[in-house]
Amino acid sequence: MFEYAPAPESRSVVDLKPSYGLFVDGAFVDPASGGSFKSVNPASEEVLAEIAEAGEEDVDRAVRAARTAYEKVWGPMPGRDRAKYLFRIARIIQERSRELAVLESLDNGKPIKESRDVDLPLVAAHFFYYAGWADKLPHAGFGPDPKPLGVAAQVIPWNFPLLMLAWKIAPALAAGNTVVLKPAETTPLTALLFAEICQQADLPAGVVNIVTGAGDTGRALVEHPGVDKVAFTGSTEVGRAIARSVAGTRKKLTLELGGKAANIVFDDAPIDQAVEGIVNGIFFNQGHVCCAGSRLLVQESVADRVLESLKRRMAQLRVGDPLDKNTDVGAINSAAQLARIRELSDAGSAEGAERWSPPCELPERGFWFAPTIFTGVTQAHRIAREEIFGPVLSVLTFRTPAEAVEKANNTPYGLSAGIWTDKGSRILWLADRLRAGVVWANTFNKFDPTSPFGGYKESGYGREGGRHGLEGYLNV
Amino acid sequence: MSERVAVRKTYKLFIGGKFPRSESGRSYLVQSANVSLASRKDARDAVVAARAAVKGWAGATAYNRGQILYRVAEMLEGRREQFVALGLPADEVDAAIDRWVWYAGWSDKLSQVYGGANPVAGPYFNLSAPEPTGVVAAVAPEEPALLGLVSVIAPAIVSGNTVVVAASPVAPLAAVTLAEVLATSDLPGGVVNILTGRLAETVPTLAAHMDVNAIDLTGVADAELAADLEIRAAENLKRVLRPAPADHDWHADPGITRMTTLLETKTVWHPKGV
Amino acid sequence: MTATTTSARSDLTELGRSETALRTFLHGLPGVDQVGAEQRAAQLGTRSIKTTAKAEAIDLAIRMVDLTTLEGADTPGKVRALAAKALRPDPADPSCPHVGAVCVYPSMVPHVAEVLRGSGVHLASVATAFPSGQAPLEIKLADVRAAVEAGADEIDMVINRGAFLAGRYSEVYDEIVATKEACGNAHLKVILETGELATYDNVRRASWLAMLAGGDFIKTSTGKVPVAATLPVTLVMLEAVRDFRAATGRQVGVKPAGGIKTTKDAIKYLVMVNETVGADWLSPDWFRFGASSLLNDLLMQRTKLTTGVYAGPDYFTLD
Repeated sequence: MFEYAPAPESRSVVDLKPSYGLFVDGAFVDPASGGSFKSVNPASEEVLAEIAEAGEEDVDRAVRAARTAYEKVWGPMPGRDRAKYLFRIARIIQERSRELAVLESLDNGKPIKESRDVDLPLVAAHFFYYAGWADKLPHAGFGPDPKPLGVAAQVIPWNFPLLMLAWKIAPALAAGNTVVLKPAETTPLTALLFAEICQQADLPAGVVNIVTGAGDTGRALVEHPGVDKVAFTGSTEVGRAIARSVAGTRKKLTLELGGKAANIVFDDAPIDQAVEGIVNGIFFNQGHVCCAGSRLLVQESVADRVLESLKRRMAQLRVGDPLDKNTDVGAINSAAQLARIRELSDAGSAEGAERWSPPCELPERGFWFAPTIFTGVTQAHRIAREEIFGPVLSVLTFRTPAEAVEKANNTPYGLSAGIWTDKGSRILWLADRLRAGVVWANTFNKFDPTSPFGGYKESGYGREGGRHGLEGYLNV
Repeated sequence: MSERVAVRKTYKLFIGGKFPRSESGRSYLVQSANVSLASRKDARDAVVAARAAVKGWAGATAYNRGQILYRVAEMLEGRREQFVALGLPADEVDAAIDRWVWYAGWSDKLSQVYGGANPVAGPYFNLSAPEPTGVVAAVAPEEPALLGLVSVIAPAIVSGNTVVVAASPVAPLAAVTLAEVLATSDLPGGVVNILTGRLAETVPTLAAHMDVNAIDLTGVADAELAADLEIRAAENLKRVLRPAPADHDWHADPGITRMTTLLETKTVWHPKGV
Repeated sequence: MTATTTSARSDLTELGRSETALRTFLHGLPGVDQVGAEQRAAQLGTRSIKTTAKAEAIDLAIRMVDLTTLEGADTPGKVRALAAKALRPDPADPSCPHVGAVCVYPSMVPHVAEVLRGSGVHLASVATAFPSGQAPLEIKLADVRAAVEAGADEIDMVINRGAFLAGRYSEVYDEIVATKEACGNAHLKVILETGELATYDNVRRASWLAMLAGGDFIKTSTGKVPVAATLPVTLVMLEAVRDFRAATGRQVGVKPAGGIKTTKDAIKYLVMVNETVGADWLSPDWFRFGASSLLNDLLMQRTKLTTGVYAGPDYFTLD
């Protein structure tokens, strides 16, 4: 046997403070109420820091700071200068990427190899991409003189804390808006480090404001009458509530919500790459991915072979310390999320699906869930319909391409889909019929700042990334 | 010689390419005519018809859709006088005809203007293209009755959506007459469905309907009703076009936002290799 | 793969009798997506192998080296020195294991055999008109027999790439069968020369063809064309031996050759073996490195681990 010795990434690159305030108008401030909450390392349950909790008064302060910055500084600033600030931020992110990656893994529980090789490069790339748009907006295809909206309220989830921040802040600032962003309560730390980066970049005060807190803070922010734009990434349930709350207002809304993507494998697929794609589709980031390929639709004629390969491959997944460079699957982000994954998995077993996990020792402390697949799943099972947001794959079979399309589309969600086949014309035929905003053919979970991302149906509306991503932040 | 007794017209709903009366059997007197008073069930039937038409219409080639929209303009031009006789200003009728022509030309350009290749940092082909969102519920503005109506229908259907439109309650004759044009323009049944009657009766049903993908509130002048409809629409996260401002200039270039709000952008990735 | 799981084992041995059957089978293997395969290989390359794991990996890699010299300028003196090094790679450290084999041209076999006899280090020879393979079959077979007679217990043959690329699979198959027969008890390593096969689909097909024809090992390269062993090519070959064993019960070895120069490279290959085919292949009986300069880098890294001090090339023998 070839046992890999522990290869932990050093934590020393991160300088954690015992407590963090709110980032309002260019400075860290204490919340009016004095309230706070703790951010813990989900891999160990160790408390990482004490985080200020923003109340309505704090949110109001942040929105007013953003309004002033919009009217006095950022709005009037020529696009070429906004661009330079964004380029500056992109560069600092690159320089400090190891520090950000380690902090992200500490706070989120995701493997360092993902935060290092996926999240951080994409974060920097996103700022670079939108930096270049700041002085080219008339060429973006939204008319000769598109204008920013004003103050953007942005609420982001815990699965890709810094990447979601980048997806929100970079296009907003490029288009000339100022922002108040609320990171998720379980993963606020990289957003607060980003606030320091804004200071380091000498970004004018009030252009970026970070208010930390949970649902109430988020609600206060999106319902604040002073915001002109609301952008949210998170659950469909909360997205619905936000859509209701902005009804009848001027606030422009973009939503990036849940998913239950079908990953469709045909019998002529490149099997070894398909298996990699299935694994990447559902176990990447512990399955905490809205576009995760959580439903495997495999053609009956090749189902046994694919499952055999999949199980063999799953047995190679290394679950454990997120900071170990060889870890493939890290910790579940929170006790609450773990409880939800357990609840739905138990429902899968109770409903008669067959559950399988590779032999896998989980750490004692922290929140952990072994990579799991369910076979014998039907469309009627809860695990085939509800978003689990964890490392749990539901396996269904199909016989014909038409049946695959029908099953893939048989969901209120429509964020992403995967197709695996060597036949080009079949890929295009399916891609036309799948009701999903991103279709990965012979690949999965690929992201790029130039590539629009977003859903159909209850997976939300609006697109993030690319030229399309500007639209949500312009008065068009 | 006594004067000839005119043959009066019965104004009915337009659902699935047919002209049914309201299933409720009700009508109301407006513009000196009896016009169907659509019920919630009529609204539901219209959604069923619209949904059934999506596959064929969205699946038609853009060229074909453009041809049909242009055919609508041709037929409308031929009936120009009929609309003027309804009391519509001639320049509005002309503008409505021209609007069909304008949108007809968009059918096979929208994907090029609103989609395209994305230069991702990796060995991938990556293409974004817009697709119709599906069934659109729309409220036409009260005024201008014909140009406003055309201005909500055409941008919805040009990309392959189908539409259920609530006509102006106070001036529905232009809508019902337009239905006659549509019915003779090679437009497949169900692509456009027109309901007449009270907005408060049909539109909340459409806004709450779980098989409707988007709602265009352009003609909802009542801010409270608009907010209520938007709240209902949130249940299945319909795409929303908010009410047009009262001073909206219907003769101006409409831009593409009306079309793009009713589109979904789909991005397809594929590796490039040997 | 699809075809093999449904085939009875006996069917596979029949394939070689018909050009059509062979073609149908090879073209029925699942395709390989280039981007996906290369990404998987690159991902495995990011594994971090440290401390104890690294020490084990280095010793294993040393035992897997086919210490090779294939130069026109080779002389009996040169190959004897190489053989001596194969036996005791690090004269200063008796705990250092010997390499897997020494690999030389057929004319050099007798000189190496003298040195290696009874040592447990295998003696491999590149027969069959290496590296081009462009000689009449009879001459190639005579080459093989001569090498075996002179003491080689492993034969590295090259396949007929021209015939393979032209789709004349039977011709390639028959040559391998004939060579295997000429080998007698010697192990046959079949060099696919993947750098000339152009696609991973071809690498997979050639791997299966070589295994179906009786090869004991499949080997990437001669080291004489611009593109030698790569991680993704080796990944595709490992998947092939894995699937071949699942289909037939017979285990076949893999040997990447050429271009593997550093310990870091070698460890990436071992990680790939570990995570693709597992522990069954983590032995010199089933995995080899065709290399020459690799050995010294392994030795330097080994010394670094034992002494804690970075080594220099002057402290290791040149051969």
